[in-house]
Amino acid sequence: MLDIQQVSKTFHPGTVNEKTALRNLTLHLNDGDFVTVIGGNGAGKSTLLNVVAGTLFPDAGTITIDGVDVTRLPEHKRAKYIGRVFQDPMTGTAATMQIEENLALARRRGASRTLRPGITRAERKEYQQLLQILDLGLESRLTTKVGLLSGGQRQALTLLMASLVKPKLLLLDEHTAALDPKTAAKVLEATEKIVSQARLTTLMITHNMRDAIAHGNRLIMMYEGRIVLDISGEEKRQLTVEHLLEQFGRVTGSDEADDTLLLG
Amino acid sequence: MDFLLPFFNSLPNAAGQGLIWGIMAIGVYITYRILDVADLTVDGSLATGGAVCALCITMGWNPWLALLTAVLAGMLAGLITGLLHTACGIPAILAGILTQLALYSINLRVMAIGDPNAVTKVTLAVSVNNHDLLVSSRFVRSIGLDNPLILLAIVTLAVILLLYWFFGTESGSALRATGANQAMARAQGISTNFSKVLGLVISNGLVALSGALLAQYQGSSTVDMGRGAIVIGLAAVIIGEVLLGKAFRNFALRLLSAVIGAILYYAVITLVLRLGLETNDLKLLTALVVAIFLTIPYWKGKYFSKRAGKGGAVHA
Repeated sequence: MLDIQQVSKTFHPGTVNEKTALRNLTLHLNDGDFVTVIGGNGAGKSTLLNVVAGTLFPDAGTITIDGVDVTRLPEHKRAKYIGRVFQDPMTGTAATMQIEENLALARRRGASRTLRPGITRAERKEYQQLLQILDLGLESRLTTKVGLLSGGQRQALTLLMASLVKPKLLLLDEHTAALDPKTAAKVLEATEKIVSQARLTTLMITHNMRDAIAHGNRLIMMYEGRIVLDISGEEKRQLTVEHLLEQFGRVTGSDEADDTLLLG
Repeated sequence: MDFLLPFFNSLPNAAGQGLIWGIMAIGVYITYRILDVADLTVDGSLATGGAVCALCITMGWNPWLALLTAVLAGMLAGLITGLLHTACGIPAILAGILTQLALYSINLRVMAIGDPNAVTKVTLAVSVNNHDLLVSSRFVRSIGLDNPLILLAIVTLAVILLLYWFFGTESGSALRATGANQAMARAQGISTNFSKVLGLVISNGLVALSGALLAQYQGSSTVDMGRGAIVIGLAAVIIGEVLLGKAFRNFALRLLSAVIGAILYYAVITLVLRLGLETNDLKLLTALVVAIFLTIPYWKGKYFSKRAGKGGAVHA
C-alpha cells in the first residue's frame, strides 16, 4: 500500500545547523498494516510522516501510495489518499467553523470543490449517526463551533474526519501526546475502533513505548534517520518494554535508550 | 444648534456614500475576516473601478456594461495580487501594496484612453447632464425612482445574497476553511493557494464595483479616490462588529453589519464636518478610530488572561 524507497532528507544543508533527518530510509507497508513508530527526539519520526503527507519533499528517494508515485505531488493533491491526525488538537480542525461544516469539508476530501451546496440534509443525518458511535456527546451539537470543544473531542473529531472518506493510508502524528492520560486512552480506543473496522493501513507515531507495543501488528523503531528495529507477527505480540530496550541497545550499540525513549 | 438642520439635510447623502462604501467594506470583510489576509490592493482597485467605469460611460457604453467591465478590472487586480502572493511567494501585505502602486500608474493612463490631447489624466468627469448614469448624488433627496438610494440598496442586497449563497457552496466552504486553518484545509485536499487567489479576486471585484458606483454617484473618477480606502473599509467592518456583532450571528447579517457600519461611519463623518472639522482632517480621524477599535479587544484579552492566570501556556 505504502512504499518508501531510499528516502533522504537533510535540513539546512551546508550550514552549521545541518541536520540529516532521514538516511536512505526504505519501508514497505502492506494493505491493512497498522504500524507503530517509536524513537527519541530527532530520530526522524515526524520528518518521515511529513514526507509521506507531502508537507515536506524528500531530497532523494521515492514514495508510492497504492502504485501511484506521489513523491512530488503537493500536499493538497496527495490528501486524496491520506487521512491525517496531528499532534496539536488545534491543527486538524477549523475552530471557527461548525462541527458539521468540518465534517462536510472532510467528506469532500479528494473531490473537486464545486458550486454545489457545501453540506446537504442527508449528510447532517449521517454525521449525527457517526458522532453517536463516537460517544462524546457531540451528536446533538452539530452546529457548535469546533473551537468550543476540548482537545480530546477535537482529536476524536479529527479521527472521524480522517476516516470519513476511507483513506488508503492513515497517518497519526503523536495524536494523543497533547492530551491528559485519561483522554489519551479514550482517543486511542477510538483509533483502534476506527482502524480495525475499516481495516485502514495506518502509520502511528508515538513516544509512548507501551502504546506502541499495545497497538498495531508491527512496530518500527527509528534512530538517527534510520529504521533500526522492525518487529511484527508473533514476535510483536510477545514484545515487552524490557525486551524492546534490550534490542535497541544491541542494534545501536548505545545504552542511552532508556533516557531518550522512556522520557516523554 | 444651528448645525443640526444642515446635518439632517445631508443625511441622505451620507446614506448614499455609506451604501457605496458598504459594498467596499464587504470586499474588505472577505479578505480581512474570512481569508485572514490584510489586502492593500483595494486603495488601487477602488480607483480602477471608478476609472474604468467612467471611461466606458464617456465612450457611450451602457452604464450596466460599464459597471460589469469595472468589476472585471477589479477582479484582474485581485488576481495579480493573488498570484504575487501565492505563485511568487511575496507576503500578502506587500503583494497588495505592489499592485496598488502599479494601479496608480495604470489608472492615470486608463482615464486618458481615447483622448488625443493627454497621455495621463488625474480626473475623468461623468456628468449626469451628458450621460445616462445609474446613480447620481444630485437626486439623493428626490422622492421617486430616480433616487440613487433605491438602486444602491438593491445592489447591496443582491451582493449580500450572492455571497451568502457562494460561501455556502463547496468552493465557498473551502475558502472559509483556508482562512480558518490552512494546515487543516490542505489535509482535506483544499488548494489553499487557489482559495486565496479566489478570495482576492472576489474581494477586489466588489471593491471595483464600489468604485464604479462612487464615480457615477459623485460625477467623476479621480486617481486619488481610493486613498485610505482600506482604512475606511476596516472602520466600517469594525464599527459593524462592535455594534451588531452580538446580535448578528448569521453570515448574511454579518455582511449587512459591515454595510451598516459604513453608513454610520459616513453619518458620523457628516456630523463632525458640520461641527467644523476640515475634510483634510478626516483621514487622521478615521485612522484613530480604527486604531482604537482594534486596540480595545487586544488589551481586553491581555488584561483578562493575566487576571485569570491563563496566560502563557494555554494549551501545552
